Amino acid sequence: MSTKTIHALYTDDDVLLQAVKQVRDKHYHIEEVFTPFPVHGLEKAMGIADTRLAINAFLYGIVGLCVATAMMNYIMIEDWPQNIGGKPSFSYIQNMPAFVPIMFELTVFFAAHLMVITFYMRSRLWPFKQAENPDVRTTDDHFLMEIDTHGVDVDEATQFLYDTGAVEIKLIDKDEH
Amino acid sequence: MYKLTSKLKIFAIVLIVLGGLFTAIGFLSVPESEEAVKEMIQAEKAGHHGGGHDAAAMEDDHHAGASADHHATETNHDHAADHASTSDHGDGHAKSHEDEHAEHVYHQLVNKPWAAIYVAAFFFFMIGLGVLAFYAVQKAAQAGWSPVLFRVMEGISSYILPGGVIMFVLLLLSGLHVNHIFIWMDENVVAHDEIIQGKTGFLNVLFWLFRAGAFLVGWNLYRWNIRKFSLNQDEAKEGDIKWYKKGFKHSAAFLVFFIVTESIMSWDWIMSFDPHWFSTLFGWYVFASMFVSGITTIALVTIYLKSKGYLEFVNDSHIHDLAKFMFGVSIFWTYLWFSQFMLIWYSNIPEEVTYFVTRIEDYNLLFFGMVAINFLFPLLILMNSDFKRVNWFVVTAGLFILIGHYLDIYVMVMPATVGESWFIGFPEIGAVMLFAGIFLLYVFNTISKAPLLAKGDPYLGESKHFHY
Repeated sequence: MSTKTIHALYTDDDVLLQAVKQVRDKHYHIEEVFTPFPVHGLEKAMGIADTRLAINAFLYGIVGLCVATAMMNYIMIEDWPQNIGGKPSFSYIQNMPAFVPIMFELTVFFAAHLMVITFYMRSRLWPFKQAENPDVRTTDDHFLMEIDTHGVDVDEATQFLYDTGAVEIKLIDKDEH
Repeated sequence: MYKLTSKLKIFAIVLIVLGGLFTAIGFLSVPESEEAVKEMIQAEKAGHHGGGHDAAAMEDDHHAGASADHHATETNHDHAADHASTSDHGDGHAKSHEDEHAEHVYHQLVNKPWAAIYVAAFFFFMIGLGVLAFYAVQKAAQAGWSPVLFRVMEGISSYILPGGVIMFVLLLLSGLHVNHIFIWMDENVVAHDEIIQGKTGFLNVLFWLFRAGAFLVGWNLYRWNIRKFSLNQDEAKEGDIKWYKKGFKHSAAFLVFFIVTESIMSWDWIMSFDPHWFSTLFGWYVFASMFVSGITTIALVTIYLKSKGYLEFVNDSHIHDLAKFMFGVSIFWTYLWFSQFMLIWYSNIPEEVTYFVTRIEDYNLLFFGMVAINFLFPLLILMNSDFKRVNWFVVTAGLFILIGHYLDIYVMVMPATVGESWFIGFPEIGAVMLFAGIFLLYVFNTISKAPLLAKGDPYLGESKHFHY
């Protein structure tokens, strides 16, 4: 089955933002928008749900804190409670101030790194990954909006996109990619 | 224009009257003499089947060494020096030990209402000063979001005038030996204490009062000027930002002056309660406390005025930014608290560690509870981005932060003045109510004196449309 999509190119982020709003009002389905830099407010205009990465990071941080606590409690208190310079190793809480720097660092370490890895996985980024760029100019100075043609009159849509300020409109067969 | 409502006025006056009454009760309930204290202690002992706090302190094996240290310092502080004529501490005469103990407790109880007033007066003064510092930072950093809040900040920071006068009077009373909350002012103590003798070049009443006066004049001068510049800028012609530029320069200069004087002020007004103890980051620590209390108060007053419909140009994003500052500076405060605590705990040098030994032994719940309130609470409540926009969340977190920082100051001052005889009762609550009343009355009165929008500020347009 061959699906066709329309690629509309814009040269200005304000025009793009306006166009996204108009296209959404018209109930065309925007597959994807490619931009060379973050366009403030684009995800809101497209109606994309908020990211939950921050929630992830918080949970990862808690994991890091638990790892640090369990590790040091086992090593310093349970396994071999040695007297090192008179520090009280009778219970974790008694010697806790000395552990706080590590607890803090591991919390940050887990939160940061696991969140970054989550981000890579969720956005499907890794070395040697085939770039999904439909048009090289979108990394430089062009903005590209990809619209699903399913159940859409292509000619009417083309005219509509032209009116929103698109500088170039292409009908693409998706199987080519 | 905001108008001071009669409801708020009555509320503030009721606070002042009740607070004054409670404070008076606090002064009246001070035992009349050492004899009265001795009877009190006897009665307490009979009630508890003997062995008050002495036995309790020895119960814990781990703390035995520490409590000996603690006792030695106490001796230094009060008995030995204060009354050299009384027999030596370790001579074994139970009778004289009891006398000494009663005398010791008596002095603590005499200090109690004074220390309560001092803590509350300083707490509200530091809110004003913290707001002034925040205001100067906003001006000097040319912040684009905050100009809509400038009049609120000017209103709150105006309290440094009456608050500063009250602080100076309190310091003066101490200097005139009306009370004995500063131990280094007692000539008998200094005569027998070589450590304090070595510090009299800095810690002598005249120089100390001079410094306090100079700092207060400096801070008030800036506050008076910047308010005038801000009002002048409102009147200025379109496009004429002469007064704005002047305010910018003054703010930058003030910040330099402030950070030096604030640091010295924290040694003078708080650290000198423990003249044997010193900490290098104490100035920063007190600064963090005043900064976060100040920002919290800005948020609370802003939310209050907005709820009354006076700040229609303040939006969620402004509240969000204030909440971010509350969150960030709370953590900054915790960082300094912990840095100070951990470094001293870790090295455990007797001359430094007594500071924390007294706090952990006599103020355990308050000392650590205050850290929980000031750290965990804002951390968990204000971490979520959405919660920072919900007014009642910010207000709840703000009230806890203010209570937490009152306790912070309390735990800084009380162990050196009233020791283990602390209690949060009439004098403490009364003093807070008294100064809260004065604070509310003065601050809202100042806010009602000028339009709530500083319309001459060149960043006003940006600030009105600020959106996060």
